[in-house]
Amino acid sequence: MQIAKSETVAVRSGAEVVSVRHAVRKYAVELGFSIVEQTKVVTAASELARNMVDYGGGGTMTLEALDDGIRRGLRLRFEDHGPGIADLTLALRDGYTTGSGMGLGLGGAKRLSNEFDIKTAPGEGTTITITRWKGAS
Amino acid sequence: MERIPILKMGSFLLVSIQIDMDDRTAMSLQDDLTGQIVKHRAKGVLIDISSLDVVDSFIGRMLANTAAMARILDADTVVVGMQPSVAITLVELGLSLKGVRSALNVERGMDLLRQISRELEVESERDDADREE
Repeated sequence: MQIAKSETVAVRSGAEVVSVRHAVRKYAVELGFSIVEQTKVVTAASELARNMVDYGGGGTMTLEALDDGIRRGLRLRFEDHGPGIADLTLALRDGYTTGSGMGLGLGGAKRLSNEFDIKTAPGEGTTITITRWKGAS
Repeated sequence: MERIPILKMGSFLLVSIQIDMDDRTAMSLQDDLTGQIVKHRAKGVLIDISSLDVVDSFIGRMLANTAAMARILDADTVVVGMQPSVAITLVELGLSLKGVRSALNVERGMDLLRQISRELEVESERDDADREE
């Protein structure tokens, strides 16, 4: 897989969650994503970035514009060194939250992505990688 | 932090969200709106989100909560101008914004608010008439 372009941004505050949305939008536009595709990936990124700020003590997001000659996509990796997630099944369930949110962030971000991968353990932080391909449903 | 202006028009309050809000801005808009409803005894709130190209779960929840709080304060809320891509994404995210009235644009939203407040007036007049009988 060819990485055409890549960038890492810090996500430590609510204001930086807004910057995340703008950075992801810029990449999605450059990749030729449709408006709906742009909106879905930006929304998923917003959920995961907020989770990092609210629960992970902040972290980083790495954007990768992918191009393998046949298809183009956007891969986003969210990495924090917070407390990690103890029960992943529960965390992915809609409506479950340990905070004051709605509990839609993780499950929602997963539904809005074509690929979703999560690595986490208590005390070891959380890394979530999502990929959205141009033209995929 | 930026603040979203709230305009008063008769017994209605109008808000047009023109910036990509961070969570704190969204929360202060919710607080400001509930405060203004009480201060002006507003009967309706119109929130124009046509400039928003993203509504995530936090902003969606703010809209739903604002509508619920307004209802308790005897005011109706109409959200107008949601972009189709935002609507598609919200539903897939799992947020259906139940309890939030919506309209296509500001004009239709204002019509809807007027219609609701007229219906309520007729209802209360009827109640008064019933009592007098």
